[in-house]
Amino acid sequence: MALKTEPFVLNIGPLHPSTHGVFRLLATLDGEVVVDIEPIIGYLHRGIEKLAEGREYQKDIPLCDRLDYVAAMGHSMAYAMAVEKLLGISVPERAEYIRVIMVELQRIASHLLAVGSIANEMGTFFTPFMYMFREREKILDLFDMVCGQRLLYNYMRFGGVSHDLPEEFIPALKKFIDQMPGYIDEYDQLLAENEILLVRTKGIGVLPPELAVNCSVSGPTLRASGVARDIRRCDPYSIYDRFEFDIPTFTAGDCYDRYRQRIEEMRQSLRIIRQAVEQLPQGKVNSRVPIRVRPPQGDVFVHVEAPRGELGFYLVSDGSEKPYRFHVRAPSLINLTPLREMIIGWKLADAIVIFGSIDIIMGEIDR
Amino acid sequence: MQTLSFGEIAGLISAKYAPEAVAPFQGSLVVGGEHLLEVASYLRDTPQLDFDYLISVTAVDYRSHFEVVYHLTSLQHSHSLVLRVRCPQNKPLVPSLVSLWRGAELQEREIFDLMGVGFAGHPNLKRIFLWDGFKGHPLRKDYSSGT
Repeated sequence: MALKTEPFVLNIGPLHPSTHGVFRLLATLDGEVVVDIEPIIGYLHRGIEKLAEGREYQKDIPLCDRLDYVAAMGHSMAYAMAVEKLLGISVPERAEYIRVIMVELQRIASHLLAVGSIANEMGTFFTPFMYMFREREKILDLFDMVCGQRLLYNYMRFGGVSHDLPEEFIPALKKFIDQMPGYIDEYDQLLAENEILLVRTKGIGVLPPELAVNCSVSGPTLRASGVARDIRRCDPYSIYDRFEFDIPTFTAGDCYDRYRQRIEEMRQSLRIIRQAVEQLPQGKVNSRVPIRVRPPQGDVFVHVEAPRGELGFYLVSDGSEKPYRFHVRAPSLINLTPLREMIIGWKLADAIVIFGSIDIIMGEIDR
Repeated sequence: MQTLSFGEIAGLISAKYAPEAVAPFQGSLVVGGEHLLEVASYLRDTPQLDFDYLISVTAVDYRSHFEVVYHLTSLQHSHSLVLRVRCPQNKPLVPSLVSLWRGAELQEREIFDLMGVGFAGHPNLKRIFLWDGFKGHPLRKDYSSGT
């Protein structure tokens, strides 16, 4: 005889290790099975869009770093690209290469954190996480060399970057890209065939490609469902058209594929960095752009492939020294659209893994 | 796959819709609010256009009016399009596109919350970042925090 249970509501978060920041989930449970879920966000809302509209363009770069605070390089680069498009200025060759090296290193650092947290969510308490942090630490040391910061860099400038690379950077980077493939193999060896990981992720939280596209899902979460949309390839920006790299995709769209997707993307990022280091030209790293810029009237939309998906900046200029409208298309927010479909019907413990496998960052959602 | 230029897309649209319904403006199409759903379904469901992916929805307060800006793209044909819908300051309401692209769901809620533009037909239109008792819409240009 099946036991009847009363549905009850369980509150998860806002402050909980599995919520990746301050995120609240109201889960209605029938026994252990999730029958309804409501995400409640806004605990980290700092009004960054409003703040940015009240400051000069240059002063908004540090704000952009604070959107996705574990992948700050890419965010300030996308903002700098949007302002450069408004101003109609170009970036010196060497600066483009430095930017690509930085954002691809950042992608690896961010994916390491994502993979580490997926493993953490399944109860492998902080052991894989610490393995990932070992290598992430090396990337943060590299960032520290170029701009003196490990998390929020303020390194991008309109027309380039703030400093040239220090002498010790390239040897340290070369050492890192020689070592890193071995470390990625090590993670894969420890995790990919691990029975607990397979049982907890295979076939769990499937996101069908049609739903993913209709919900505007982007980034690794979309590609793990088999849709090969990567802005670096479909709308190339900066100098990405000069490098050889693949866009890995998977087919099942479950938590396991979202994990594998990030492992493969790290390998591709290393390929790009290796080519960029080989081709790195000499020259200046910043074209002369005044600190107070006044872009001509108009609007601009720039999108890039950030570690969590398609990051867009929509800027409107009224000809003054402050942006009239500053909007961020935040991939983490939009990737949450199909969350209910992915979670409902699974057990509560699976819900945490599914949520973790989307890999969100609250600073970008709430802004 | 056949990538169309903006001129070709605008040509297809203007052959089907009157200029007061859809008009080209600075490389984008300005759509009348009452025609938005019809034009958007035409853009999504015509095989030649196939705009299946809604990249972004956002809104701008131009003081005299609000402008809601949609960025669309086609995964198959890889062409893109910008739609603009304008609504007056005293009647901030446009049709919701959630029935066509679910991706609009959270973005329209965000605009409703911070800009105070309503979306007719949205399944769950309520504040997303701010709390229910919050007064005003901070991204409006006439908003004052009172400090």
